[in-house]
Amino acid sequence: MTSETMIEMSSVHKWFGELHVLNDINLKVTKGEKIVICGPSGSGKSTLIRCINRLEEHQRGEIVVEGTELTNDNRSVEKIRGEVGMVFQQFNLFPHLSILDNCSLAPIWVRKLPKVEAREKAMEYLKRVQIDDQAHKYPAQLSGGQQQRAAIARALCMEPRIMLFDEPTSALDPEMIKEVLDVMVGLAEGGMTMIVVTHEMGFAKEVADKIIFMDEGQIVESKNPTDFFSNPESERTKTFLSQIL
Amino acid sequence: MSEINKNITPPVIEIGILGWLRKNLFSTWYNTILTLIGLYFIYLIIPPLLSWIFFDATFSGTTREDCTSSGACWVFIKQNMKLIIYGLYPSDELWRINIAYFLLTVSIIYLLIPNLKYKGIVGVFLLFVFPIICIFLFSGGLGLENVETRLWGGLFLTLVIAGVGIVLSLPIGIMLALGRRSKLPVVSLLSTIFIEIWRGVPLITVLFMASNMFPLFMPEGVNFDKLIRALIGVMFFSAAYLAEVVRGGLQAMPKGQYEASQAAGLTYWKMMALIILPQSLKVVIPAIIGSFIALFKDTTLVLIIGLFDFLGIIQFVGTNPDWLGFSHEGYVFAAAIFWVFCFGMSRYSQRLEKKLDTGH
Ligand SMILES: Nc1ncnc2c1ncn2[C@@H]1O[C@H](COP(=O)(O)OP(=O)(O)O)[C@@H](O)[C@H]1O
Ligand SMILES: [Mg+2]
Repeated sequence: MTSETMIEMSSVHKWFGELHVLNDINLKVTKGEKIVICGPSGSGKSTLIRCINRLEEHQRGEIVVEGTELTNDNRSVEKIRGEVGMVFQQFNLFPHLSILDNCSLAPIWVRKLPKVEAREKAMEYLKRVQIDDQAHKYPAQLSGGQQQRAAIARALCMEPRIMLFDEPTSALDPEMIKEVLDVMVGLAEGGMTMIVVTHEMGFAKEVADKIIFMDEGQIVESKNPTDFFSNPESERTKTFLSQIL
Repeated sequence: MSEINKNITPPVIEIGILGWLRKNLFSTWYNTILTLIGLYFIYLIIPPLLSWIFFDATFSGTTREDCTSSGACWVFIKQNMKLIIYGLYPSDELWRINIAYFLLTVSIIYLLIPNLKYKGIVGVFLLFVFPIICIFLFSGGLGLENVETRLWGGLFLTLVIAGVGIVLSLPIGIMLALGRRSKLPVVSLLSTIFIEIWRGVPLITVLFMASNMFPLFMPEGVNFDKLIRALIGVMFFSAAYLAEVVRGGLQAMPKGQYEASQAAGLTYWKMMALIILPQSLKVVIPAIIGSFIALFKDTTLVLIIGLFDFLGIIQFVGTNPDWLGFSHEGYVFAAAIFWVFCFGMSRYSQRLEKKLDTGH
C-alpha cells in the first residue's frame, strides 16, 4: 500500500536572470514524511522550498501540492498557501501585533474563524510551544528562541498539512537552538509532513526519513540518514559532510 | 568588587541648574559670548512685545476710539470676531456651524484623553459620519435652508478646506503610493504620472487653474461650485505629496513581512491593510503630520481665488474704514491661531508615535 502523496515536484527548473538556481528538481513527499535538505550556501535550498508555496515561481516543470498544481491561477496559490505553513530564518513575526494577534490573524482573515475561537486556538498552540505566558507581549520583547517558537505556533494555527522550515535555527544564539528543535521534534512525532532546510545534523539523524543534499541547484544525494552519513556516493556530499561534522 | 564608591555623588558643579548652565551656555569663551548676545536680543525683543500684546493693550471697548493706549487694540479682533470665525454665514444659521464646532471639539477631546473606551467608534464617527453631517449642516438640505458657499468664510472655511484635504488626501495618497509600486505597469505608470504632475505644480497655480481655467473647459451653463473646485485641487495636491511620503514608508518595510503574510495565505489587500500599511504608516507619521500642517497653512492661498478663509477675512476686516490701521493686531492674532493648530498637530504626532511604539 502506498501512502498519500503530499508534494510532487517533477523536472522543476528556475532561473534568476541567467542564474540557473533550480536544475531539474524531482522530489516526492508522502504524508507524514520528514525531509531534511542541506547543502552549501547559495545551492538553492531556500528557493526550492519557497517554490512549494509560490513565494518563488518556477519556470519549467510541475509542482503538485495535495493534488493541486501550482499555476498562475491565484486560487490554486491561495489554496496551497492555506495547506502549507512556513517558518523563516528571520522569524518574520509581525512586530506591530502581539504574539496572540500574530497567531490569530490568518485564522481570522483567511480561514474566517470567529475571533474568540481563533484566539482560543492560538493560545492552545502557544501553550504547545510553551510561550502561552508571553501571548500578550510584542515580538520585540521576546528572545530569539521564543520568537521562533511563536512563529511556529503562528504557522500551526492555520492547521497546515505540510510545514516548511527554512533554516529555523540559523539566526539563533546557540543556547536557544535546542528549545526550537525540541518543538520541531515534537511536531515530527505528531506526524506532520515536514521539509526542513537545516544544518543541524543531530536533528536530521533523529527525525529525518530522508536527507537531501543540494549543490548548484541540483539534488546531488537523497538517502535515509543512516546511508547518508555512512556511505554518501557523491564526492561533493563527502566534502560537505567533512566540513560540517 | 568593592563597595567603597557607592556613596560618591557627582561634583556639585556638574549637576542641577548651575551644572546645566555651565555645561550648555558657558562651556567655552565663544559659547559664553553667544549666550550673552542671545540674552541681549531677548532683552531687546521680548519685553516690548509683551507690553504691546498684554500690558499696554486694550481689551475692552467697542470702537477704535476706545483704543488709546500704546499697545495692541484687541477690540478690533473682538468686534469682528463673528466675521473671523464664521465669514458671511447668515446670522440666523450660525447654530449650524456651532453644532459642527461642538461635535468636532468634543470628539477630538475624547480622542485625546488616554485610556478611554470606544475610541475606535469615535474615530469612525469623526472620519465618516461627521463629514456627512457637516455637508448637510453647512450647505443645507433635509429641510435646512441653502447657504451658498460664497458666504462661507473665516476660520470655518479654513477648517472645512483643511479638514476635507486631510481626510480625503490620505486615502487617495495611500492608493497612489500602492499604485506606483504596483506590479501592473499601467497602474504604476498612471500613478507615477499623476503624482509627478501634481507635485510639479505650485498650489497657487492649481487653485488658479481650478478657479479660472477649469470653467473654460466646461460646457456653457455648467457651473461647478468654486469651493468644490478649490477643495478638489487642494485634495489632489496634498494626496500627491502624501503618496510619496507613504511610498517611503512602504520601501522601509522588510521583504520578510510580505513573505510571512503571503505564506499565511493573506491576499494582496488583506496583507496591505493588516500588515504592511499599519507598519509603514507608523514609520512616516511625523512626515504625514508634517504634510497636514503644510496643507493647513497652504489653505490661506485660497484668498487669491476670492475665497475668504481665516487669514483672508482678517485682512478684509482690516480694510474696513472703521478699523483702518489695525492690521498688526490682525496678523498677530492670525499667526497665534495658526500656531495653536499646527503645534497641536505636531504634539499629537509625537504622542501617536509613542503610543504606537511596540519596540521594533
Ligand atoms: N530574489 C533573487 N534574485 C536573484 N537571485 C537570487 C534571489 N534569491 C536567491 N538568489 C540567488 O539564487 C541562488 C540560490 O539562493 P538560495 O535558494 O537562497 O540558496 P540557499 O538557501 O541554498 O543558500 C543564490 O545564488 C542566490 O544569490
Ligand atoms: Mg537559504
